[in-house]
Formats: sequence, structure tokens, C-alpha cells
Amino acid sequence: MLIPCPHCGERDYREFRYAGDASKARPPLGSTDIAAWHDYVFLFDNPKGGHREYWQHVLGCRRWLVLERDTATNVVGRSWWPSEGSPG
Amino acid sequence: MAAGLTRAGRYSAWALARHAFTGSAWPRAWRSPEPKAAYDVVIIGGGGHGLATAYYLAARHGISRVAVLERSYIGSGNVGRNTTLVRSNYLIDGNTQFFEHSLKLWEGLSHELNFNVMLSQRGQVVLGHSPVQMDVLARKGNIMRLNGIDAEMLDRGAVKRLLPYLDYSERARFPIYGGLLQARAGTVRHDAVAWGYARAASALGVDIIENCEVTGFQRDGERITGVHTSRGAIAAGRTAISVAGHSSHLARMAGLRLPVESHILQAFVTEPIKPFVDHVISFGAELFYISQSDKGGLVFGAHIDGFNTYTQRGQFAQVQTAAECAVALIPAMSRLRLLRHWGGIQDMTPDGSPFICRTPLPNLYFNGGWCYQGFKATPAAGWCFAHTIANDEEHPLVRHLGLDRFERGNGHDEYGLGLWTFRQ
Repeated sequence: MLIPCPHCGERDYREFRYAGDASKARPPLGSTDIAAWHDYVFLFDNPKGGHREYWQHVLGCRRWLVLERDTATNVVGRSWWPSEGSPG
Repeated sequence: MAAGLTRAGRYSAWALARHAFTGSAWPRAWRSPEPKAAYDVVIIGGGGHGLATAYYLAARHGISRVAVLERSYIGSGNVGRNTTLVRSNYLIDGNTQFFEHSLKLWEGLSHELNFNVMLSQRGQVVLGHSPVQMDVLARKGNIMRLNGIDAEMLDRGAVKRLLPYLDYSERARFPIYGGLLQARAGTVRHDAVAWGYARAASALGVDIIENCEVTGFQRDGERITGVHTSRGAIAAGRTAISVAGHSSHLARMAGLRLPVESHILQAFVTEPIKPFVDHVISFGAELFYISQSDKGGLVFGAHIDGFNTYTQRGQFAQVQTAAECAVALIPAMSRLRLLRHWGGIQDMTPDGSPFICRTPLPNLYFNGGWCYQGFKATPAAGWCFAHTIANDEEHPLVRHLGLDRFERGNGHDEYGLGLWTFRQ
């Protein structure tokens, strides 16, 4: 599986570390809403199909990125920096 | 005893001789009924766990108006994709007792089901590769023995006598200090587990319905009252999800989200050779486990590929990793060719432990999240899940395995590594 790193280009997935669902918003820092934190940390849609997820290019530029991938086929789509929010 | 089987349907030496002489056809092992409009219990998922649950519901709880709905055919999922190992060498309270209950059920299963599941208690050795690891193994062995489970510490010489083909040379990547032997551990013919439970459950009146995919739930407010399937609607007093790998997929149809990610675990088998590896061996330096099948292939497995997926095709990198472990442990394996490899989709949970519990929705029950350990758990999971469904209350052996444990700060973490470690 090849992952397009926005900085380094297409690289083998072994250069990256998978870091989970990127579609969720973290509760505000300082929030004491346990249910919201539990949801953020532990509960996942885990869809069979389109998925937005974090990867870190640990053996490359070491930057974090967001990747679109179909979990039913492993077909990889676009990637972008987390700071960009969503693809242009 | 397998109740419900007619005299003509029982397997025995006498039956074998009679069929040999008369040439009469063997009866089908389980019926293939059309789905009825309603059942007391509908179990979604005809894997080992779902079939075992159905069997124990009928055999132990007197509930036989039960349907098992399988999207594909019996034995097509993880029950036929694992590396067939059974053992009960666990460290923490809860796991120790649950998996020992499972191993005891394995020991009686062929008689219970009147179906030879070919349990082979060849013993499992977990290797230690440092003095610290030997201390950890001694602690685990002591905990097992305090719970009445067999465990025996082996020093380097004892391991070498038992398993002379491991790498004991100066060049060994991970030197072998010793190991922990559980002599009662071993392997089971996994297809026979699915077929044996299916046959015994069917004989007790359970309807096993293959090629029947669940597409949604029927509900009355919060209460789950049945399922919609590719073969029509089926009403259910109680509905049970037992589809590990696709747990999130089913839960979403009920409006639930789970602490689960679906990951692929690969398994490998080499070309068949003469008897060579006569134990189950677990590498202590990496997650790697190997045994030899009756056909002669060396069967082994390692880690998950490391990212969530529902494809049953593994990545090549993990094939390399597993092969490297194999050769580091047993150098002679470098001369073997890999015959087949395949993948199964398993639920991974934050703490590596499963769920057998009620759900927030009345009359909906959940068994899943088995991580690497679903197959060896099959009999006890069925036993405890059947109890949970029949009594609407978790079995004492699985009270710590609820869906709410993370919210309460009660993760159940065998390795003491913290949560979500499989992602790192």
C-alpha cells in the first residue's frame, strides 16, 4: 500500500505509523465532560468504507497527515496536513 | 453427552462399521431450514462463538427456539482462519479463570458434541530470552498454579532437550534462557469445532440459516425486537451479536458505536514436512507462535498488520516479519517454502480484552472484541454468552468484560501496557 505524503510524495505504508480516526473533534482542553472524553478516546465509527485517518511519516519527514482510505478495499485517496482541516 | 441426536445420527465405531457394510448415506450433519417468522433468540453470526452460544442456550438453558444467522456459510469466517491454538496461561484475574474454564470445556468437547474436534494437548512452551523475562514467566506460572492450572518452568537445558531445533547458537538473535510449559495446551481442528457445534445445536432444535445477511434491526423504541435480513424479517425475543471483525458494522445498524477497530491478522502455513515441531511454541522476543498441523505444514502467526481494514488480504511486509521471526527461532525453516497465507478480520479493543455483555439497548446482547484470542475462547465464550442472554445478566466469569469499562476506568489489560498499545 502506497501512502501519498504531502511533503515526501508516495511512500510505502511501512514508513508510516497508523494513528486512528481523524474525523473526531477533541473536547475543549479543560473540559470535565467525561462522556465527551470517553467518546473522543474510545468510541469509533470503524466504518467499512470511506475513512479519514491520521498517519505519521515516522521514517520520513516525521510529519502527521490525514489520509482518506477505503477500509473495504484499502484503496488510498487524498492526503493533507491536519492544520488544513479538510482537503481543498 | 450430545443430547438430541437420534440413535441413527450418532457417530460411533458401531455406526462407522454399519455404514461401511451397508453403504448407506450418512445423514446431513445439520438441517438447512427456512427461517421462521419468530424465535426466542436470534444469534447474528454463525462462527464458532455464535454456534457455541446456540448450543449452550439449548443444552444448558432449555432455550431451543433459536436461530443462528450466517451471512455466508458455516466455517467461512475466523473460526476457520485462526492458528488453532488453545491454552490457559494468562496472568491477570478474570483471564486466568475464564480461559481455564475454556480449556476444561475443550478437554470434554469431543464427547460433549459426539464430534471429534481432534484436541491435541501437545503442550505449549513460552520462551524467555532474558533474566527479567524468566522472572515474568515464573510469576505467570505461579499465578497459574495457584489457580489450579498446570505450569512448569523450564531452564535452558530443559528447553533444549524438549525443542532441540531452536537456535541455541552464539549467533542467535535472541538467546533462549528457558521457558514456561503448559502441558495441557495444544491445538484443535478448527473446522470441526464449527461443524460439531452446528450439528449438536441443530439436533437440539436450533435453526442454522446460512446465506442470510442481517441488514438492520427491528425496534420498539429503545427495545430491539428482531432483525431485517436478506431472507426477510425475523422477530426475536432477544437478539445477540456475535460477528467479531464486523462488530462495529452491526452495532451501527442499532445506532451504537463501540470501542473497537477492525484489523487484519494474517496466518501462514508452509509446505508439509515430516513430524518436526511437536509442541506449540511462542517466541518471547516478538509476538510469534508456531505449531505443526497433522498434514505436516508448519502453521504460524504474528502481529496484526497495524491499520484498520476489512479486507482479508494482508500486506507483504507482515509476511516478511513473520518469516523473519520463524527463521530467528528455527533456522532450519529458512529452507521451507511458504505454501499459503490468509487473513482474518478481528476486533481490536483498547485494552486487548473482549466484551460479553448486555448493551444499552434492551434485549440486544454483544459478544466481540476478541483481539488475538477468539478461537481458544470459543467454548467459554459460548457458555458465558448463553448465560448472559438467558438470564439478562452477565455470567460471573465475564462481569469485568462490559462495554462501559473504559468510562469507569476499569480497562482489563493482560500485558499491563496501557490502552491502545496495538496502534504504537
